[in-house]
Amino acid sequence: MATVTFDHATRVYPGTERPAVDALNLHIEDGEFLVLVGPSGCGKSTSLRMLAGLEDVNAGRILIGDRDVTDVQPKDRDIAMVFQNYALYPHMTVADNMGFALKIAGTPKAEIRQRVEEAAKILDLTEYLDRKPKALSGGQRQRVAMGRAIVRQPQVFLMDEPLSNLDAKLRVQTRTQIASLQRRLGVTTVYVTHDQTEALTMGDRIAVLKDGLLQQVGTPREMYDTPANVFVAGFIGSPAMNIGTFPVLDGHASLGRSRVPLTREVISSLTEDDKNHITLGFRPESVDVVPAGTPDAVPVIVNIVEELGSDAFVYGSLTNEFGGASQVHSGAGDAQVIVRVDPRQVPAKGETVAIKIRPGEQHLFHAGSGERLA
Amino acid sequence: MSPTRQRLQITAATPDPALLDLPWHIPLEEWPAETLAALPRGISRHIVRFARLSGRVIAIKEIGETVAYREYELLRQLRRLDVPSVEPVGVITGRRSPEGEPLEAVLITKHLQFSLPYRSLFSQSLRPDTATRLIDALAVLLVRLHLAGFYWGDVSLSNTLFRRDAETFAAYLVDAETGDLHEQLTEGQRAYDLEVARVNIIGELMDLQAGEFLEEDVDAVAIGNALAERYRELWRALTEVESFGYGERWRVQARIDRLNDLGFDVGELDITSDLDGTTVRIQPKVVESGHHSRRLMRLTGLDVGENQARRLLNDLDEYRAATDRQAEDESFVAHDWLTEVFEPAVRKVPREMRGKLEPAQIFHELLDHRWYLSQQQHRDVPLNEVAKSYVKHILPNRPDEQSILGIQPGDLRDSTDTIPTIDDDQLIG
Repeated sequence: MATVTFDHATRVYPGTERPAVDALNLHIEDGEFLVLVGPSGCGKSTSLRMLAGLEDVNAGRILIGDRDVTDVQPKDRDIAMVFQNYALYPHMTVADNMGFALKIAGTPKAEIRQRVEEAAKILDLTEYLDRKPKALSGGQRQRVAMGRAIVRQPQVFLMDEPLSNLDAKLRVQTRTQIASLQRRLGVTTVYVTHDQTEALTMGDRIAVLKDGLLQQVGTPREMYDTPANVFVAGFIGSPAMNIGTFPVLDGHASLGRSRVPLTREVISSLTEDDKNHITLGFRPESVDVVPAGTPDAVPVIVNIVEELGSDAFVYGSLTNEFGGASQVHSGAGDAQVIVRVDPRQVPAKGETVAIKIRPGEQHLFHAGSGERLA
Repeated sequence: MSPTRQRLQITAATPDPALLDLPWHIPLEEWPAETLAALPRGISRHIVRFARLSGRVIAIKEIGETVAYREYELLRQLRRLDVPSVEPVGVITGRRSPEGEPLEAVLITKHLQFSLPYRSLFSQSLRPDTATRLIDALAVLLVRLHLAGFYWGDVSLSNTLFRRDAETFAAYLVDAETGDLHEQLTEGQRAYDLEVARVNIIGELMDLQAGEFLEEDVDAVAIGNALAERYRELWRALTEVESFGYGERWRVQARIDRLNDLGFDVGELDITSDLDGTTVRIQPKVVESGHHSRRLMRLTGLDVGENQARRLLNDLDEYRAATDRQAEDESFVAHDWLTEVFEPAVRKVPREMRGKLEPAQIFHELLDHRWYLSQQQHRDVPLNEVAKSYVKHILPNRPDEQSILGIQPGDLRDSTDTIPTIDDDQLIG
């Protein structure tokens, strides 16, 4: 088992100017489950492939433990790419399906059997070891494929969108299985996904990338509660955060008729680049529905109510009373907000409700750089 | 429209209306036997079935929508790059069962006629040189893919189909799901692809041994290692930098001839000499396979495999010498050879036996048979006599190879109690 370190690791594809991964610095602890997440083209898969040895590192270096593997062949890095291939061999027993790579490597028979049995125990496959894959369910077959990687006892597991081929139901099941299995094995794991829900539910820590640049690394809670910039704020969380940019007037962010008070520290840290504006974000659950006419409340016209049983979300449009309506963006689109409401008291479609941001629950960012203020 | 009706979305370059007649509202696994061209029941990542469509056979694979579109595009790009691969027909999404249950998207490819899955080739009667020839074919395919910038990610015998190509085989890529196209592959990508190939091939052979389709004493590990070796040799021959003294410039042409012999044309050759002009370095930059098949195509319009072309061109050369027409324009002679030699010989094969082998392969076997008969009878046996003997004694014993589908022997045995094996000993009569 080992740590993984990206030390100013950079990948520039031939014929391009902008690096696909730009001076990535990331230290992954021994046994940690780290998720690389970001939109397509952000450099997450490239980073993983640099670690796997499939992409050249043009500057900087990559270490597994204390060993610099920057110029080491993929097969000599002691890593395992999981799930890339899980076609099982129909005539081999489950045990042979799991252990054949060790046999090729010339591992003694007794040791193969021991490693296979250990892996089978962790994977709940012990009673199937001498059967053929035909006798297994879909989920069990996937675990056999996982077993292939486990018996090799690699230092690091690498997984590149392993669930993308599965249907929605199996995806959720497998997600939980992989996460709990990884914790039981304690093998350092780097996992790539474009799906922030997958990242939040699986990772010990999450690294968000955009345009080849690392935006923020932290626990799922940290990423959700204190996003480092506007991009992370909008990317992490579902439904996404409502975010808008507003003028600063008399110590307040001016949201049309409504105002959100700003502390003196916030005001004093504004820069010239911000042009006396501030970017303000609030999550759907950081809003209260209040009686009409409440001071500083914002009216919202209900377009759709999404009822999930335990929760209900209002997708609504802002009215002209909300000065910067067109400046607000959310998961629902421009000039729209998403608000969580009491599932037992949902407003009707077309109704207007008054909402108020709960004091202290807003996120503030520099209007210029997008970096977090408070 | 009732809420349970499906709204199919078909993406295809040249859609065949007959596609609409297939039962897309039924999960592939439950398709009625009369629709299918064969009944495979293997264990793979996805459900794959073969069906008949407008007199051809198509392969249908159930797979996630985004992955289906991605693989469709990749296969199209591979064909544009002239890499041997299966031809994509299209993607169908929006499938629903009559109960309104959404069904998985499908990727449709054309079944490659006269192709042979490895399981039919690696049979109990596997001769050592059949293994070598298959491995050679896969090495050539992998090198060609890598030269084109394609990283396969899951090289295996199951993801490859083989076609007879004179005395050798040509390999075709079937499954591009894990692949990626790059401007140029890194050393790491090539090395990893090769390692995956090695391990997968050994695993597949061990599986055949476990199922008693392949003898225990076949050394699966050695065959896997041979692929890696063969690949490296070929890669070196095609890409290596060669330096020599200024006086040895004949080595430029020698290098080009060597590449032609391997079946490759040189599109671009980098030649540099050092400042004082004493050494010259050459390195092929762009190489294209199909040296012989392109030449034959230009001369005769015949579209055949590389080694079939080599064989046919040799026969054309012999014809030219025998008819004493070396001074004549090659294309005129080629035209006469086509109408006087090739076509009459191939036409000797009765219609009902034409599904056994491709015409060019039949011609190749006729030439083999001519050699055999001539040896036996100590005279030059004319080709029409050879053809008569071949059609009477050899061809009837050959299996139909036009559409042998990706069936696993074990599964086929369930229904018919026979295993389709191709016995190579019948090759030369």
